Formats: sequence, structure tokens, C-alpha cells
Amino acid sequence: MNVIEVSRLTKYYGTARGIVDVSFQVEEGEIFGFIGPNGAGKSTTIRLLLGLIYPTSGRASIFGRDCVRAGAEIRRHIGYLPSEVFYYEGMKVIDLLRYSASFYAGDFTARLHELAEYMELDLSRRIENLSLGNKKKVGIVQGLLHAPKLLFLDEPTSGLDPLMQRRFFDLIRRENRQRGVTVFFSSHILGEVQRLCHRVGIIREGRMIELADIRTLQQNTYKKVRILAEGLSPEAFGGLPGVTNVQTDNNGLRFFFRGDINALLAALAARRVSDVSIEEPTLEEIFMHYYE
Amino acid sequence: MNPNIYRHELRLRLRSVLIWSAGILALHLLYLPFYQSFATQAALIEQMKSSFPPEFLAAFGMDGADLSQVLGFYSFIFLFVQICLAIQAGNYGFGLLSVEESQRTADFLLTRPVPRGHIFVSKVLAASTALAVSAALVWGEAFVLIDLFRGAHPYDPALLALLLAGIPLFQAFFFSVGLAVSLLVRRIRSVTPYGLGLGFGMYALGAFSGMLGETPLEWLTPFKHFDAARIVQRRAYDVRLLWLNAAATLLALAFSYWRYLHRDIPAA
Repeated sequence: MNVIEVSRLTKYYGTARGIVDVSFQVEEGEIFGFIGPNGAGKSTTIRLLLGLIYPTSGRASIFGRDCVRAGAEIRRHIGYLPSEVFYYEGMKVIDLLRYSASFYAGDFTARLHELAEYMELDLSRRIENLSLGNKKKVGIVQGLLHAPKLLFLDEPTSGLDPLMQRRFFDLIRRENRQRGVTVFFSSHILGEVQRLCHRVGIIREGRMIELADIRTLQQNTYKKVRILAEGLSPEAFGGLPGVTNVQTDNNGLRFFFRGDINALLAALAARRVSDVSIEEPTLEEIFMHYYE
Repeated sequence: MNPNIYRHELRLRLRSVLIWSAGILALHLLYLPFYQSFATQAALIEQMKSSFPPEFLAAFGMDGADLSQVLGFYSFIFLFVQICLAIQAGNYGFGLLSVEESQRTADFLLTRPVPRGHIFVSKVLAASTALAVSAALVWGEAFVLIDLFRGAHPYDPALLALLLAGIPLFQAFFFSVGLAVSLLVRRIRSVTPYGLGLGFGMYALGAFSGMLGETPLEWLTPFKHFDAARIVQRRAYDVRLLWLNAAATLLALAFSYWRYLHRDIPAA
């Protein structure tokens, strides 16, 4: 079952482009990575799904209900961690979290304390006295407090130290595995998307340019090939179909290869080489390829 | 209406209500003690008034007011009370929704499972309650302090009640116009200049219109719709102006509601 369905969603701010013709689905229980550089339209998409802004055209639905018409009902089961966290400055952390919890049916006191302890958040402090990282922790607890079925994380790790980042990822994985929470994870840091997500959508200049399983994305694209051999000239493999980006380094060649791997192996077998490595590219490299 | 939002919003305004009320109390305490000397030296006051140009007297609402009478004197003080109430109500209106956007907390509330219409109504009701508390305090102060400082001079409590009865409508105008304007401009960084501008602007318009006699300008400003000296003098409101005020208020509120429901909330 699809938790999120987005169809030809378009948003213009006056004449400024937000997103154009974006379509995708996110399945129940999935961790979906949404990647793109700053200004690509990631936050615009999330804000449209949350009903903070309204689409120019196209439609989006969550839990099978229209985001514009049934926003309030949908949001009962949504948790949201914004990229920049701003809360009522005069309040204490505990009061803000209680205020947040008061909007949802149920008693979340135990969960509140459990999450705060896990994230090492001091509940008695005032929001205005918190560091960026601690504000982010308030955001994390606030977003997860009411045990939502769907989580929107917009650049969630900025401001968190590496230890807390890891703890946060573990928490998200746990929520996903134990409670079946669907996660929509927006980021421009590919490493974290690669670590956490099952599937990714790549957005560029407001348009979705790729939608794929992380594995497939890595397998179906370029291989990184490095060959070490005496007297190799850059032209040695240049004639092979699918070879691009040939670079030389000490006694060796590096290139990207996309095509019949047997042809590459045959070409290698014909030479005397001292070392060979064929690697999958990192998401970063794939990503850069889309952006070049 | 959402009771959580209502309570939260009301709590946010408690301090402001107390500060404004203290200010208005100070105004009363500053001017009312002078009443007795005004009353006993009525002839001198009239002589002093006649030495001022009539435009000047009109600008301060003193042209029609008999300062030797309790309520004539009070109507002069009431103008300053009105200015305070106007700025306070304007501030609440300008800030009701814009403060959340300038302090970037709007996302928090709007991602809760509450329809925007409920958020709007809850916030408006909370601000209205705060304004009603201020109005009630002015009522109390006026009756108690006038009684305290009037000496043996009589006054008609029913007429004072009539004058004070206009406060909620007067406040509602500034609140709703402020609210409507806040939804028209791109971003309000600080509420106070807008509140002061609307309050003093309307007062100045009233003063000008007083200087020019009965002109269409008085249709525009609540300081004329609720002209204290005239109400005390005529023992009645100008019903046409009252309707005009109420219509402008309702229109501004309705526009704000519609606009808020269809508004894109700017990103942090």
C-alpha cells in the first residue's frame, strides 16, 4: 500500500519555480530518501505534503486522502522534523513537548521521557537557552512523541554531533522496524541517505530526475575501474564501448565503465596487469553524475 | 475552536494585558485628581479655552466638552485611554498570526492535526478575551476612580456606562484592521511600529477631521465613531458611524479568515 502518492505536483511562488511535475509514491514501511542540492525543491515538496503551502497544480495524497482537503486528519499520524527548528522561546522544553502532545489522542508521558532520555535532552531548560543541537533534539522528540505512522525528516542531522547522529539513525531504524513507521527523509548528505534509505528520489531544479532502489541505482550505473600495469597509455581501454572519464595516475588508469562487463574482462585478460579493482560508485558519485 | 491553542495564546498575552492596564490606570491616576480644581474654577477654564484657537480645541476633543462637568472632564481623559486601547488592540491584531511567522514558529502549529480555521478562531478568541479583560479593567477603573475623585460633583453613571460600552467595538476595529493588514504585507518583523502607526494615525485623522468640522474624514476613524466628547454631549452614539465601524471590522475579519485559510506559510 502506498502511504504517499504524488502526481504531477507543481508549485510556483508567483513566477519563481518551486517544483514542477513531480510524481512519486512511497510505500508503507519504506524509508524513502529525497535528495537534491539546496534550492532543488525538497522543502517545497515536504511543505506541500504537510499542507503548509498549496499546490499550483497536480495532487498529493497521504494515507489515501487528499493533502489539501483532509490535511488536519492526515496530520494526526504525521511527525515532522523541520530542517531549522524554531519553537516558542519563552517555554520550557517539557512545556513545549506537553503542548505538542496535547494535540493528539492518548497519553504520551512515558514515551516523552523515554525519548528525551535516549536523546539526552534536558527537559527543564528554556528553549531560548538551548544550543542548535539541543533544539534539534527537541525537534526529534517532538516529531516522534505521538508515535506517528509517517515521519517527515527535513535535513534532520544538521546541528547534531556524530554520536547523536548515530543514535538518531538507530532510533529511526528502530521506529521503522518495530512500529513499521514510513519515513520520508530529505537530505543533501548522500552518505546518510545511503546508510538509511531503501529507495531514493533525486530532485534537481524542481524536477524529479531519478527514482530508484538504492541497490539498483548503484548497480545499474557506472562501475569505477582502476587498473595497475606497466606502460599503460590512456588510449589502452579508450576504444572499448562504455568507457568514459579516463584518467591516469602512477602506473595506472582510472575510468568509469558502463556496458557489457564481459567485454571489459576480455580486454583485461589480453593484458598483463599487476592489480585491478572494479567498484560500485558511491551515491555521491552517481549523484554528481546526475548533476553534471 | 481548539482549547489548547486558546489557553496557550491567552497565557502569552497575560503580561501584556497587565502592562497595558497598568498604563491606563496610571493615566487615570494622573489626570483625574485635577478634576476638582477644574470644576471649582469653571469660569477660568472657559476663559483659558477661549484663548486657544478653536481648531486646537477640536483636535483634542475639548471643543464640545464641558470640563467642569465630571463626564465632560472624563471624556477628555478618555481620548488618551482610547489611544492606549487602540495601540494595544492594533498590536494584538498585527501580531496574531505574523509573530509566529517572524519568529518562525508557524510550522509548529500548522503541522498539528488542527484545521487552519480552528487555529484562526482559537487565536482570535484568545486575543478577544485579552482585550475584553482590558476593557473590563477600564470599566472598573473608570467607575471607581471617578467616584473617588469627583468630590461632591454629580454624574450620570448610565451615561458613563454608555460611553464605556463602545470600548469592545472600538478595540475590535483596531484588532481586525491590524490582522487584515498583517496578512497583506509580506512579513512583519516587529509589530509595535505597525500598532503605533495605526493607533496614532487614526487619532491624527480624527484630530484633523475635528479641525475641519463634520467631514467625510470622520467616517474613516474610530476616534470619530466613538468620539467621547460628542457621546457625552449628545448622550448617544451616531448610529450611522457605529454601523460603519462594525461593518469595517467584520469585513476585515472575514477577509483575514479567508486569506489565512488560503495562505502559503513562508518557510523558515
